[in-house]
Amino acid sequence: MSGILNSSIGRKFAMALSALFLMVFILQHFAINILSVFSPDAFNEASHFMGTFWAVQYLLQPVLILGVIFHFVMGFVLEIKNNNARKVSYAKNNGSANSSWMSRNMIWSGGFILIFIVIHMIDFWVHEMNVKYIAGDMTGLINPADPGSGFRYYEELVVKFEPIWRVALYCVGFVFLALHLLHGFGSAFQSIGANNKYTKALQGISKVYSIGIPAGFIFIALYHHFTGTH
Amino acid sequence: MNLTLKIWRQKGANAKGKMVDYQINDVSPDMSFLEMLDVLNSELIIKGDEPVAFDHDCREGICGSCSLYINGEAHGPDRLVTTCQLHMRKFKDGDTIYIEPWRAKAFPVIKDLIVDRSSFDRIQHAGGFVSVNTSGNTQDANSIPIEKANADAAFDAATCIGCGACVASCKNSSAMLFVSAKVSQFALLPQGQVEATDRVMNMVNQMDAEGFGNCTNTGACEVECPKGISLENIARMNREYLKASFKG
Amino acid sequence: MALDSKIPQGPLADKWTKHKNEINLVNPANKRLIDVIVVGTGLAGGSAAATLAELGYNVKAFCFQDSPRRAHSIAAQGGINAAKNYQGDGDSTYRLFYDTVKGGDYRSREANVYRLAEVSANIIDQCVAQGVPFARDYGGLLDNRSFGGVLVSRTFYAKGQTGQQLLLGAYSAMNRQIGRGKIKMYNRHEMLDVVVVDGKARGIIARNLVTGEIERHSAHAVVLGTGGYGNVFFLSTNAMGSNVTAAWKAHKRGAYFANPCYTQIHPTCIPVSGDHQSKLTLMSESLRNDGRIWVPKHKKDVEAIRAKSLKPTDLKEEDRDYYLERRYPAFGNLVPRDVASRAAKERCDAGFGVNATGEAVYLDFAAAIERYGKEQAHVKGLDENDAALVKKLGQEVVKNKYGNLFQMYEKIVDENPYETPMMIYPAVHYTMGGIWVDYNLQTTVPGLYAIGEANFSDHGANRLGASALMQGLADGYFVLPYTIGDFLANDIRTGPISTETKEFEEAENKVREDINHLINNKGTKPVDYFHKKLGKIMWNKCGMARNEKDLKSAIEEISQLRAEFWKDVRVPGEADEYNEELAKAGRVADFLELGELFAKDALVREESAGGHFREEHQTPEGEAKRRKEFQFVSAWEYKGEPKDAVLHKEDLAYENIEVKERSYK
Repeated sequence: MSGILNSSIGRKFAMALSALFLMVFILQHFAINILSVFSPDAFNEASHFMGTFWAVQYLLQPVLILGVIFHFVMGFVLEIKNNNARKVSYAKNNGSANSSWMSRNMIWSGGFILIFIVIHMIDFWVHEMNVKYIAGDMTGLINPADPGSGFRYYEELVVKFEPIWRVALYCVGFVFLALHLLHGFGSAFQSIGANNKYTKALQGISKVYSIGIPAGFIFIALYHHFTGTH
Repeated sequence: MNLTLKIWRQKGANAKGKMVDYQINDVSPDMSFLEMLDVLNSELIIKGDEPVAFDHDCREGICGSCSLYINGEAHGPDRLVTTCQLHMRKFKDGDTIYIEPWRAKAFPVIKDLIVDRSSFDRIQHAGGFVSVNTSGNTQDANSIPIEKANADAAFDAATCIGCGACVASCKNSSAMLFVSAKVSQFALLPQGQVEATDRVMNMVNQMDAEGFGNCTNTGACEVECPKGISLENIARMNREYLKASFKG
Repeated sequence: MALDSKIPQGPLADKWTKHKNEINLVNPANKRLIDVIVVGTGLAGGSAAATLAELGYNVKAFCFQDSPRRAHSIAAQGGINAAKNYQGDGDSTYRLFYDTVKGGDYRSREANVYRLAEVSANIIDQCVAQGVPFARDYGGLLDNRSFGGVLVSRTFYAKGQTGQQLLLGAYSAMNRQIGRGKIKMYNRHEMLDVVVVDGKARGIIARNLVTGEIERHSAHAVVLGTGGYGNVFFLSTNAMGSNVTAAWKAHKRGAYFANPCYTQIHPTCIPVSGDHQSKLTLMSESLRNDGRIWVPKHKKDVEAIRAKSLKPTDLKEEDRDYYLERRYPAFGNLVPRDVASRAAKERCDAGFGVNATGEAVYLDFAAAIERYGKEQAHVKGLDENDAALVKKLGQEVVKNKYGNLFQMYEKIVDENPYETPMMIYPAVHYTMGGIWVDYNLQTTVPGLYAIGEANFSDHGANRLGASALMQGLADGYFVLPYTIGDFLANDIRTGPISTETKEFEEAENKVREDINHLINNKGTKPVDYFHKKLGKIMWNKCGMARNEKDLKSAIEEISQLRAEFWKDVRVPGEADEYNEELAKAGRVADFLELGELFAKDALVREESAGGHFREEHQTPEGEAKRRKEFQFVSAWEYKGEPKDAVLHKEDLAYENIEVKERSYK
């Protein structure tokens, strides 16, 4: 067991585990966000719960952050190592003949997703941290002094999607996420050794997930942009 | 048909190489790719030039010697064939054909299109065997029945010819398809179970030490493999490796 | 020197056991003090190297390929024989022995063949233990198929890649010993001479094919597992690199060369397509289990087919001539290879060849596809009269059995053999002749051994299908490791052999001289020009049918070609670098000598036997006619030029088998 992260397969396994974890997270993230389309109240309730429940905040959140960092760092480390495994490149290489564009460009889709995540964190997470842990306001209310003012989450969300540039940026980010997932979803299962009679079915699920979830996020962004009341 | 060939020429392991253009005329569509190179070489020899060096031996797709990266693909555009079985009918009059050696740090060029694949041998030395003496005093061959599906799958994995097309095609120069084929063959047979733990650990460690890249599951190896070795083998090797890691 | 075959006394069935009990052994501690060189890493060389290393000897193994796994044994397709009698169809050690001697047209050594049959069963046990994935039936037990010239199913197989699987088994056994440091492996090295010290083989001179360096390697014994010399014909099913050089150099150092004219011309190969062709591709004999061989009955249909105005599938059953079934009703399409090849040649010579060059016959699977299809439909409870369904099901079965062969055919010929019959023609495939060895597999040079196809002993004048793999592994795993001990037992106090002796010096100088000559010759013609010319002479005059006049002119022509070669060959590049043309030149130089001896041997053997067919000696029906006075092995001693070679005869005695006319009717 020692040094498993020093071996190629160990690293691959770790990449896959972090990826699977992140995919579960994205699904969960999506499930809450889509509530905002149907019911601002439900969205507010869920957001408040996630933002204040101790297990989420002090257990899952650090794990998630570590998972994200690990996935990116390992991704870049592996990319450098893999590039070093071929010192001279081909004068002519016909990669599209044997593999998908997505599979060959995970580092690019991943890189753009990283940029997107940084912006996204600045947009929402930094603000949350400020309000909750620096300002010390754990109420989640628009006006902490007025319990009748209601939760602030839905309102903040809608405001964020007002400027067209941000909406556009998010859409591009989700397109890259889709591209990343189109290879990454199946790849994660292959890496943990799951390649069997269910693989065909899994490929179908992979397509639904990889296109469906990012498309859903895009829909949410556009929906709020065009229906926002401010 | 008439063709333009762009061929990698490199005098020796430490020399600098470059792509050189050659013109070849009257190529018959029934020729194999290597026979076309034979014709080029005889022309070069008669002209007083040095012939192009390339590995080849059986010319029927089983020895695994031939190893050309043709127009950006290992063993060229045809599927499930080695370079020696690739026929010129797959090309058109007037085509320009790029011919390069396998490129990987673990496969250094020896000369022109010839690379050193001894890293593959060293991986096999590390564990590609069942430790049974060849005395012949083993048990009767039929004493352990083996489920046909497993025997067939073991055979499919065992058909790997060790040509290195998987490494050459992989954007990461990963050797996992090659290694997993051997690991799978033994993992599927009762005879291979005894040493399963050590085998997979030793072979993977050696693979890493040789400087091959990591697998990112692009699947290029499976597509370009002249024997159609399946990615399932890599998944099986991953399982075997994890099992072995936890076993210690 | 008189030939002593050292066959042990006693009843046939006890000879090997008795011999093993009586020969000298080397104790384990002393084995560590003894070095053995093994040249060639195919089934014979690879298995020998692994086993000798396992026993404790220090082995140095050499191959010219970049890895031992690429030796040409890998290309063997159909299978390996073993007298296991798993099918319960009456097989036994004696029957395998009998079939092999009869198949070899009574020109092999009884004692050797019996031993081969005796150890054959061990090979299968051994290979299964090594993880060789043989084909199995649904009960999980090993499957068998039948091959030419026999009436039982004793052939074990792994689809059409049996040689590959067995070689990878031997390679894995070698790998284990390489990993342990007991075998030192020299890849991309070519042996260019044997060094004989005080009458014993004590080393070799080898050229590192990458750097061009000439190296001296010493050992207490040298084993040659360097395969056959079929490439003397230029076009053969051998690999491009397969050559006679190691064997020929051994011959020049005193090893007698036996029966060079016994060549196997395999009946089912893909026909020659043009002048550019560099090699021929075999379609496994196993295909004759299910394929039926035919040509049209009438010349007009032949012409229509050649003109492509008639498709072979459209020719009516009664207009086809299934000539093997017609001539040999008992064995039909499964007659031995020599018989099948000659029959194809007979039909093509008579003008019934079906391709443009007139040198092809059909191998048709339509009947098998229908038979299997009906069987499958019956098993699955489907309609047996639905032709399309039956065809589909039948094709699946055939694909399962021969998929890789069909794919190979399609890639080369660009026709789909599931839909239209294959075209095939005989091609040079295997050489039964080789270095003369005694019962211990030792050559006439003490300490020099020859195993596998490189020696001559087990197949007589014709080898049965699936017996080459059997012999290679039997020699390497189970025979040589015992018999070599008898010689090495005298060497336990010899100590390491020095390479700083005049014998090594002399051998190295000779090798350098030849190389320098070739490099500095700067002639006008590439090596292949001479090789192709030699091949044409061999095929036309020493091929499937031979006669006195042609053989005499072949000897003359080859000798002239050899002189021209040394005068006019052009080898580009330098001696001290990777130089394939130089390596090829050395090999062709040796083929040019062997070719002449081959023709001379064929001329002297005034009879027909197995693969050697002299037109002067045939029965009225055109079958091979053996002559009692030629019941001997021709062992040639080197005396300079091939024409000066001296013939030694080893008489063949058959005490356990009645020498009969070989009939497959």
